[in-house]
Amino acid sequence: MLAASLTLAASLVAGCGRGEEDSSSQDPGVTKDSITIGGIYPFSGPASAYGDIATGAKAYFDMVNDKGGVDGRKIEFKTVDDGYEPPKAVQASRKLVEQDKVFALFNTLGTPSNLAIWDYTNQEKVPQVYVATGASEFGADIKKHPYTTGWQPNYVTEAKIYADYLEKEKPNAKVGILYQNDGFGKDLSGGFEDALKGSDVKVVAKESYEVTDPSVASQVKKLSTSGADTFLNVTTPKFSAQAIAAVAKSDWKPLHILNNVGASKTNVLAPVGLENAKGIVSTAYFKDPEDPEWENDAAMKEYKAQLKKSDPKANPNEPFNVYGWAAAATMTEALKGMKEPTRDALMKSVRNMDTKIPILLPGVDVKTSGETDGYPLEAMQIQQFDGKNWQLQGEVQEASAEK
Amino acid sequence: MKRVVPYAVLAAVLVAVPFFFSSYRVGQFTLVGAYAVAVLGLNLLVGYSGQISLGHGASFALGAYVSAILITDAGFPAFATVPVAAVVGFGAGFLLGLPALRLRGLYLAILTLGLAVATPQLIKRFDGLTGGTQGLNVDQPTAPAWTGLADDQFLYLATLAFSVVMFVLAARLVRGRVGRALIAIRDNETAARAQGVDPARYKTLAFATGSLYAGVGGALYVFSIGFVAPESFTLVVSFSFLAAVVVGGLATIGGAVFGALFIEFVPVYAGDVDEALAGVIYGAVLIAFMYALPGGVMGALRKLRGKANQFGRGRGHAQQTDGGGAGGIADAGGEPGGGVRAG
Repeated sequence: MLAASLTLAASLVAGCGRGEEDSSSQDPGVTKDSITIGGIYPFSGPASAYGDIATGAKAYFDMVNDKGGVDGRKIEFKTVDDGYEPPKAVQASRKLVEQDKVFALFNTLGTPSNLAIWDYTNQEKVPQVYVATGASEFGADIKKHPYTTGWQPNYVTEAKIYADYLEKEKPNAKVGILYQNDGFGKDLSGGFEDALKGSDVKVVAKESYEVTDPSVASQVKKLSTSGADTFLNVTTPKFSAQAIAAVAKSDWKPLHILNNVGASKTNVLAPVGLENAKGIVSTAYFKDPEDPEWENDAAMKEYKAQLKKSDPKANPNEPFNVYGWAAAATMTEALKGMKEPTRDALMKSVRNMDTKIPILLPGVDVKTSGETDGYPLEAMQIQQFDGKNWQLQGEVQEASAEK
Repeated sequence: MKRVVPYAVLAAVLVAVPFFFSSYRVGQFTLVGAYAVAVLGLNLLVGYSGQISLGHGASFALGAYVSAILITDAGFPAFATVPVAAVVGFGAGFLLGLPALRLRGLYLAILTLGLAVATPQLIKRFDGLTGGTQGLNVDQPTAPAWTGLADDQFLYLATLAFSVVMFVLAARLVRGRVGRALIAIRDNETAARAQGVDPARYKTLAFATGSLYAGVGGALYVFSIGFVAPESFTLVVSFSFLAAVVVGGLATIGGAVFGALFIEFVPVYAGDVDEALAGVIYGAVLIAFMYALPGGVMGALRKLRGKANQFGRGRGHAQQTDGGGAGGIADAGGEPGGGVRAG
């Protein structure tokens, strides 16, 4: 008995089983009639509002599949929850790559989660395409991480557009900054300060908060007494709402610039009271489903109809749905651009694009060029809240994150 | 001879695991090994010495960061960081054990809870060393060419080797003088004192040893995940370790393995059932588990074994825990289901 079990163990060690997995040249996750991609989103936890992005993306892929897919291949979109926790994202990425054998990861969400998995994806040569974060790291070192690319206009681009806006509209502004103490907050506020060098706009006060803090009221109070006449609000949705409420309660009447991440009318402005948000300045890069200007826009109508069909419970006015829809549209174009169905061909297609995505604002186009420009979207338009809706101002502006 | 057979079978099964599962599954089992070591440490503290700790995740985090920083900044070979993590864990546990001498029950729970709450913030505070919120990417150990193994298989076997050593040491510890002293203090401190056991010394030792195990578990966790960030070590980690101790069975050695399997696999399957309800399902399973198996998995196995022996060839004496029973996994002579006494 003992001898038998030891022999068994020994033979297993010597044989060291499993063998080489399919050694054919075919990449995993792609067959004649299907292509499987995987996404990681926080469906649970404090950032679960972002989960809607997957709903919008799925709706777009449904539409593509109804029309016959990409080159006859139906897109299968598998999602896993990571609760916005990087260690869970690590496990989720391994599950998608090793267990579900996806062709590529698409739109995995969150700066920390994506930083946690990008060494792994690049080591395994799995495309990690159009990550859902604006951190400027994703696109800054294409040589080191050739399989990873961002999508949305990055935070440095956004910061430069605010800096330009102030230099034109309020050249002697004294700015107080509230920022989230992490990669996102530092990326945007740092980019803003860099962009101001040599101008008369001055940063006079800076306050930070942790994502785990219960409130930012005391930080806003400090900024209000700092002598600043302009407020740059670099926060995620929950804190954006708190900061707007805190400013409304005080005597401080600064020019309020709110970053794009926190500029949702449904999630942020409405709960605080739309009248309190009047005059706030922000940026946009895709069409706002609540803006009457796009009521008869073909892309907007297509989006609303398909979302209703794919997920009748989804709220079409939720900007995260539009975000997912637009990212999925870009992904579909990238898949169409592949010369052959391989992971390397997908990356080649992603790195060399010049495409219009109809749901994005006119003038905001997807443009990349090899290793010199790794940021697909680098243009945004200033918008101002009139008490009812966001109103687009001026022209679409381009700003490159490259220093 | 008869005593050796079950262990040999167990060893064969454990060694065979990486050759029968996909690399993703093997990765999960590797993580179970890391968790099991940490859970075992908490069980030494909670189950055997009767002190409560809600801050076990802090020592786990400490071990993980010690290992991660030594690998990334100091260029240590991965496995060489394990003893360092153990020593640092022991030291931290010893320091924590000193104030714990004055506190018991709920007060001790709150003290350790405070530690667990502070952990992610502390990690962020020392961002020069820890990488702050961005975390640290750590190179995972790779299989040497001569082994002919895939990386995940190698990592599993290495983790298994570390875990087995830690389990054997723990089993020896609780069966010897130290274990008897801890159980005596847990069950009746005055009586233990009367017999010449110094409670202060042993309680501090229990904290230090529990923390040492957490440190080693943390280092093994880093090898398996290859990444650490403050969010890796929230309150949830400390609570799931405590849940694992109770699910596996208080005051047992083998229970840690079942507890670790539980906290690794149940949340994943709960997520497969319904992404939005994963937390609810996990909670419900935990509650159902406690109703069905109040003594944990090991308690249930003991009962089964007792019944089997009764119906067996009249060898009724084997019901008593004699430490060398027919069960596959070593368990110690603690009282089955011996609970934590509230101070």
